Amino acid sequence: MNDYPLTPGAQRALKNHASVGQSLRNSFTMAYRGLLKIRRTPEQLFDVTLQPILFTLMFTYIFGGAISGNVHNYLPVIIPGILVQTVITTSIVTGVQLREDMDKGVFDRFKSLPIARIAPLAGALLADTVRYAIATALTFAMGYLMGYRPHGGFGHVVIAAVFVIASSWAISWIFAFFGVIARTASSVQGISVIVLFLLTFLSNAFVPVKTMPGWLQWFVNANPISHLVTAVRDLVNAGSIGGDFGIALMGAAVIVAIFAPLTVRAYMRRT
Amino acid sequence: MEHASKGSAPQSGVWAVDASGLVKTFGDNRAVDGVDLRVRAGTVYGVLGPNGAGKTTTISMLATLLRPDAGTARIFGHDVVKEAHIVRQLIGVTGQYASVDETLSATENLVVFSRLLGLGRAEAKRKASELLEEFGLAEAAKRPLKNFSGGMRRRLDLAASLIAQPPLIFLDEPTTGLDPRTRAQMWDTIRRLVKTGSTVMLTTQYLDEADQLADRIAVIDRGRVVAEGAVDELKASVGSSSLHLRIQEGQLIERARRIVEQVLGAQSVISPEAGKITAPMADADRVADLLIAFRQGGVRLAEMSVQKPTLDEVFLTLTGHGVKEPPAQSSADRNETEVMQA
Repeated sequence: MNDYPLTPGAQRALKNHASVGQSLRNSFTMAYRGLLKIRRTPEQLFDVTLQPILFTLMFTYIFGGAISGNVHNYLPVIIPGILVQTVITTSIVTGVQLREDMDKGVFDRFKSLPIARIAPLAGALLADTVRYAIATALTFAMGYLMGYRPHGGFGHVVIAAVFVIASSWAISWIFAFFGVIARTASSVQGISVIVLFLLTFLSNAFVPVKTMPGWLQWFVNANPISHLVTAVRDLVNAGSIGGDFGIALMGAAVIVAIFAPLTVRAYMRRT
Repeated sequence: MEHASKGSAPQSGVWAVDASGLVKTFGDNRAVDGVDLRVRAGTVYGVLGPNGAGKTTTISMLATLLRPDAGTARIFGHDVVKEAHIVRQLIGVTGQYASVDETLSATENLVVFSRLLGLGRAEAKRKASELLEEFGLAEAAKRPLKNFSGGMRRRLDLAASLIAQPPLIFLDEPTTGLDPRTRAQMWDTIRRLVKTGSTVMLTTQYLDEADQLADRIAVIDRGRVVAEGAVDELKASVGSSSLHLRIQEGQLIERARRIVEQVLGAQSVISPEAGKITAPMADADRVADLLIAFRQGGVRLAEMSVQKPTLDEVFLTLTGHGVKEPPAQSSADRNETEVMQA
């Protein structure tokens, strides 16, 4: 124990709010904690490693012939689709892990520390972009192995990758919200999978929209996931940034604008 | 910055904790039902009560982890609801269940907490190794916490609470579930903490622990404070320790009883079959006289022990009902401070 006396409580310089700078620093520290956790338990990366490999193989060989005549012609359609689907699927884990994490004693300490309230959430979400990056890289690598050569070139593939990772980060706020309000980790998984199935399968990720009935086309065209997939296809196949890119970015911003405050407020209420 | 700028009362610096009328309800259960507490800065304050009495809930409200349903609480003059962020800069909390990260190592835990508290990268590393050294965890610093014993986890938890050197530390049942040796180590650490000028507020199920560490005690039961005072006052209100004697030759029990009553000047209870005598012991110093009188009277002792009032007895006296759920380790309350075999 230190021998010098403590600064008495009444003589300390104190402030009642965390500044923006402190919020950012706290969030990055929490992200660092998330990375340490991933390094300690690498087995939690199984899903982001196996899923891109399996899904890319399965979907391409099952649907390839039926939809595009042959596997090779299907690759430019399916790789962006499977990329978006896989990366968003891994963002469910964010919510599930957040729930598990919050049930542990360490969150009591976070709550009692003079840190920005948003930091434990923002940090967890930030650390998970590493997972999205792994899933993204593996999906493109699988596509390449199966003979996919994107016409947009490497630069546009990288832009597309960053774009997908950023969008998934935005979407992960939805699952983080479920994670905070749900009572158990398994219920988070349950709700999230349903939401995810609706969003990814009722989109243009796997099949051309014109083969669907009119009422369904309406939903699919409105679905932000469709815009995300189209934007990725434009980038990697043609090297162009179209209107869908803007719409998808706007969708991501709207999701964060709605769900980040909701999640933080729900998190605060539980404290 | 002087506290006066926050508009608090001039004498608020004296009170580390000043709570009045705290209430917290969970459904139908009034877990805390109007608790008033005042803790003077620089002292150790014990909150004593059985499981479910509302100790942890009270601490959680004072530590800004729970919002009180009614009542107010100030920490060094700062309101726990309106100035929660300030209060968090003044406190350290060590919970009943170690609030550290299981998947990380001891060093990583302390580094993360230090960084969160605003320390730089190098400073955080230095602080972590300094604290691990202090708490005897340096050797285990790199191992993941999964392999830590309960005592090591508690110590790490306490170390984490001390990073910012908070002037007020909450310890929620710091020794529940620890073995006697680790328990004594924990007590030692707490004593050293107070020497540096910290105020400590601890909860416990054991009268013995409160007795060892606290300057003042509040006894809490069913969400209410049923007694409050200096340790000695409280013990005096409950009654004195009792002396238990067993003599070797049962036929001498009457003679032994006469000697006990003469020397201690108090009524005793005998159980002739076992050759046992029980007498209240108001003044421990008289026991020496008693032993000499036994030797002179030719009474040979087989066994002698002193028993302090137990939490059960405290409760019976203070509330008129016993401890509803006996604590898991009630044997720890039964303090046979001295047992001598003849």
